[in-house]
Amino acid sequence: MDLGQFILMRHELLLTIAALAILVAEIFTSEKNKSGIITFALGLFALVTVVGFIPGETGNLFGGSFQSSQLTTFMKNILNLAVLIVFLQAEGWLRKPENADKISEYFILTLATLIGMNFMVSAGDFLIFYIGLETATIPIAGLAAFDKMKSKSAEAGIKLILSSALSSGILLFGLSMLYGATGTIYFADMAGLISKDAMTLLGFIFFVSGMGFKISLVPFHFWTADVYEGAPINVTSYLSVVSKGAAAFIFTIILFTVFKNIVELWQPMIYTLAVFTMTLANLFALRQNNIKRFLAFSSIAQAGFILLGIIGFGELGLTSVVYFVLVYVFTNLGAFGVVAAVHNASGVETISGYNGLYKTNPMLSLLMTLSLFSLAGIPPVAGFFGKFFLFTAAASKGYYLLVLIAVLNATISLYYYLLVIKAMFIAKNEEPVAWFRSTLAMRISLIMCVAGVFIIGFASGIFEYIRSISQLFLN
Amino acid sequence: MIEGIGIEHFLVVSTLMFFIGVCGFIIRRNLITMLMSIELILNSVNINFLVFNRYLYPDQMQGHFFSLFIVGIAAAEASVAIALIINIYRNLQNIDVENVSEMKY
Repeated sequence: MDLGQFILMRHELLLTIAALAILVAEIFTSEKNKSGIITFALGLFALVTVVGFIPGETGNLFGGSFQSSQLTTFMKNILNLAVLIVFLQAEGWLRKPENADKISEYFILTLATLIGMNFMVSAGDFLIFYIGLETATIPIAGLAAFDKMKSKSAEAGIKLILSSALSSGILLFGLSMLYGATGTIYFADMAGLISKDAMTLLGFIFFVSGMGFKISLVPFHFWTADVYEGAPINVTSYLSVVSKGAAAFIFTIILFTVFKNIVELWQPMIYTLAVFTMTLANLFALRQNNIKRFLAFSSIAQAGFILLGIIGFGELGLTSVVYFVLVYVFTNLGAFGVVAAVHNASGVETISGYNGLYKTNPMLSLLMTLSLFSLAGIPPVAGFFGKFFLFTAAASKGYYLLVLIAVLNATISLYYYLLVIKAMFIAKNEEPVAWFRSTLAMRISLIMCVAGVFIIGFASGIFEYIRSISQLFLN
Repeated sequence: MIEGIGIEHFLVVSTLMFFIGVCGFIIRRNLITMLMSIELILNSVNINFLVFNRYLYPDQMQGHFFSLFIVGIAAAEASVAIALIINIYRNLQNIDVENVSEMKY
């Protein structure tokens, strides 16, 4: 085997090297210089992100177990970009004295999960997919319990590890059924052998249930809000954006490539899941007062919208899912960035705590408004185009009723996003959060989010590019 | 392949193990027992993979390798889960799920 072929795995290799470099840096820095690791890790990861954008070869490794195409490379770049923003937002939080002794743990664990996600996105068989999935979830449980002295954080960790272990057990049971029915674990071989017999269907249902846990679809969403609330805010943003995005990518890829023969069987399933996910998550979001729980339910509802793209099976569906996740990264991280900045400065976590924020911190309030408008899908920001293409994909297959339900849900979601905006701009408060200046890294990350929200919405070239690489991928 | 024992016997055992595991996970109130239920589920999957491989596709090894990896990853998962359970114990002085309920709805 030619060692030069490993250039196909350049994202994974670079991330592994970065994680090891941070580990070595941890060993060789003295106790009082530990905060230097933050700067080192940020610089290193920014470099990795930039290098990832250099176009390279595509192809297969290990007899088809590892597939690298332009689409998967693009997905990995989206994930890298999202993690870079999360790291920038975490900088101020990591510099706090209570986190002084666990700085490098945060970076190493996050990079470990990112490596898992990259492998998962590039998987060419169910074994690599499963290993990537587990590598992507197990370290997150450690991250969720990061504030180990707080009982809420410990609770979030245990809830995450137990529910994800159960879900991977269910998913694996489905995979074993599929293996029994087809006799192979390779995506490419299985796609041709999938038929409508009972065993395949049973396996498929278990598989979708397992994946439903990971993307937090209703009725498999129970862990989401608790984990999001209990975990530190920078871990929550990572969970809700990066880990959900990666799971949505691979779920779409597997449904579109492996299960393309039984598409008319899984479309009704996805239909039902989409309706329940959007509606219930929106109704639950209405009654939240904790901003993290609120964003958790909002992100469950967004996962429901992603299903609309999946139901529009085909090139447009794939394009709209990837495009939506790209938009979602910048939009949601913008909102989470403001929440993290406010939390770092004042410890406020409730929506009523945001009352009168505009008086004291106008820039942050405007940014939050922009992000929430983008989440709700109001033109001209990118969130509108993301939702628009998802709806188009579903409508192109004739699911008009579903699109109607989705539009109604988007309206409900606008109501609860406006509640936060009302709190910031209109509600009176004797003691609003005092004025504060965010750290430089936080400001850079927020500028990146704003730029992303506008540029992706207006530059049509991005959508065209995703469309062309999706076309290449599906053919 | 074992003489006189068909594939059905193994599949019945593995399916029973799977559902006992799921029931245990839902019913039991002790975190360690819940973890044991998950191990039961993963082992039922292992039996499935091995049996399908041995009985239906004896000329290949994919099922065997899959179950080997499952064993390894289950160990990693259990170690992290036990570490988190110890963390829960330090915070709450017991490991009953009824007490892990600070956040709800």
